[in-house]
Amino acid sequence: MIERRPYLDVVRHAVLIAGVAIVMLPIYMAFVASTLSFEQVMRVPMQLWPGTHLLDNYAAVLAHGTTRASSAPVGRMMLNSLVMALVIAVGKISISIVSAFAIVYFRFPLRRTFFWMIFITLMLPVEVRIIPTFKVVSDLGMLDSYAGLTIPLIASATATFLFRQFFLTIPDELMEAARIDGAGPMRFFKDVVLPLSRTNIAALFVILFIYGWNQYLWPLLITTQESMYTTVIGIKRMMAGGDAATEWNLVMATAILAMLPPALVVVLMQKWFVKGLVETEK
Amino acid sequence: MEKRAQFSSRWLPYVLVSPQIAVTLVFFFWPALQALYWSALLQDAFASKTQFVWFDNFEALFQDSIYLASFKVTALFSALVAAIGLAISLLLAVLADRVLRGARAYKALLVWPYAVAPAVAGVLWVFLLSPSIGVVAYMLRSIGVDWNYYVHSDQALLLVVVAAVWKQISYNFLFFLAGLQSIPASLVEAAAIDGAGPVRRFWTIVFPLLSPTTFFLLVVNVVYAFFDTFAIIDATTQGGPAQATQILVFKVYQDGVQALDLGGSAAQSVVLMLIVISLTVIQFRYVERKVQY
Repeated sequence: MIERRPYLDVVRHAVLIAGVAIVMLPIYMAFVASTLSFEQVMRVPMQLWPGTHLLDNYAAVLAHGTTRASSAPVGRMMLNSLVMALVIAVGKISISIVSAFAIVYFRFPLRRTFFWMIFITLMLPVEVRIIPTFKVVSDLGMLDSYAGLTIPLIASATATFLFRQFFLTIPDELMEAARIDGAGPMRFFKDVVLPLSRTNIAALFVILFIYGWNQYLWPLLITTQESMYTTVIGIKRMMAGGDAATEWNLVMATAILAMLPPALVVVLMQKWFVKGLVETEK
Repeated sequence: MEKRAQFSSRWLPYVLVSPQIAVTLVFFFWPALQALYWSALLQDAFASKTQFVWFDNFEALFQDSIYLASFKVTALFSALVAAIGLAISLLLAVLADRVLRGARAYKALLVWPYAVAPAVAGVLWVFLLSPSIGVVAYMLRSIGVDWNYYVHSDQALLLVVVAAVWKQISYNFLFFLAGLQSIPASLVEAAAIDGAGPVRRFWTIVFPLLSPTTFFLLVVNVVYAFFDTFAIIDATTQGGPAQATQILVFKVYQDGVQALDLGGSAAQSVVLMLIVISLTVIQFRYVERKVQY
């Protein structure tokens, strides 16, 4: 602190508190709505403090969704989202760490070609190749399956780069020592590279779990059966029928359920989360 | 940069890169090439007749007033999202950087929206701003605003901008805070000794030193507004009213998936690809320059 200006401190805290209040407002109101009965939610203006229907609402959506729109149980959707988030996070990390290992620790023809091929995927987000990708997945018979939900999203230029940058900082002596001791490449990978990459893996896991959990366009395209909906898709299906018919208390209970797992991951792994965020963008 | 010593094996490196390369070829390169090819085809909805028409689809696209309007909406939308989002998060980061008490609590509360899916962010704001039951809509009406985003196109745009900015605040805030914390305190102190007040110090020292972070975030936010906001639009306004919030990505989806206009949608995909490629190149040129510092 350079100079003490008590009035400035007051202004700072006031603006920050106002900022935090505005940022938290939608989440708080969603929580309040998720504890009210349908009649209470529809009363204008809605009350600003929690009601008594928390357990009823959450139990209802987990077991059998809404009564007026989609009746798909949210419990099943949470399971689908969890599978999708975990497979995408673990899959991206696994295939990226081995390809980065190959690109850094081996010299072989086509190495640069492979590297550039992985790099170019950065420029081809799902949004710009919606229909052809859908067609490929449908031709392979992967619609409405976990494989279809996850495998097409599993290539990762960012993760490969992050591991490549990190491997380049591992001292060469470690590898030479391993070779002198007679360790082959896979032994070196398992006993040296993998343990050293622990924090990078944790950081990436947080980012990629959230990425996988929050996917929208892809599951929207390739899931048609209720049993394959993810939570984020389910919320939208629950809102069918316009403003007056939407059971906002149930929709908001689902919204809270949808944000809980990624929020928990962020809060519990905050240290790695910030690290992962800053490093993946370098 | 390369390793001095490397392993040698005829087959192992290929095995190691094969899963990633396979996914890349099947789900990235092949569909992208398909999009390129289809963009030069004219096909009716039942795929019974197909004709190779070179650049006709692109010509038709750029003569289509709805498509051009969508370009304008996208430009306005991304400019608003980037400008408002960066301004608010910079303000919050500058303040959080200087407070002694509670900095951690503010940070912990401000990272929440990062965990919220864009579609859910859209739904949360619809709930607050819904003309019939929204709490914020009620407050707006009680101060005399005629709030109904189903009818007023500027209000619909405002709704999606608010939801998009809200979702991105955490990300911008964390990067600005990291940038601010890397500015040497001695520089700011020297300016203070020379008699520069807090506002002057911010504009002459802190803001210029923060410009690499700001530029980086600007590119990230534009990319975000172009592509990642599809879910926000789909969960809130669905492009309406009267295409007022129909951004390019949403139009590709509508024309391709709902209207089944393959050629036109593929041509739009190619245009979007060119936009992503140029944004990525800008981003990487900047990163390279930063590395040389």
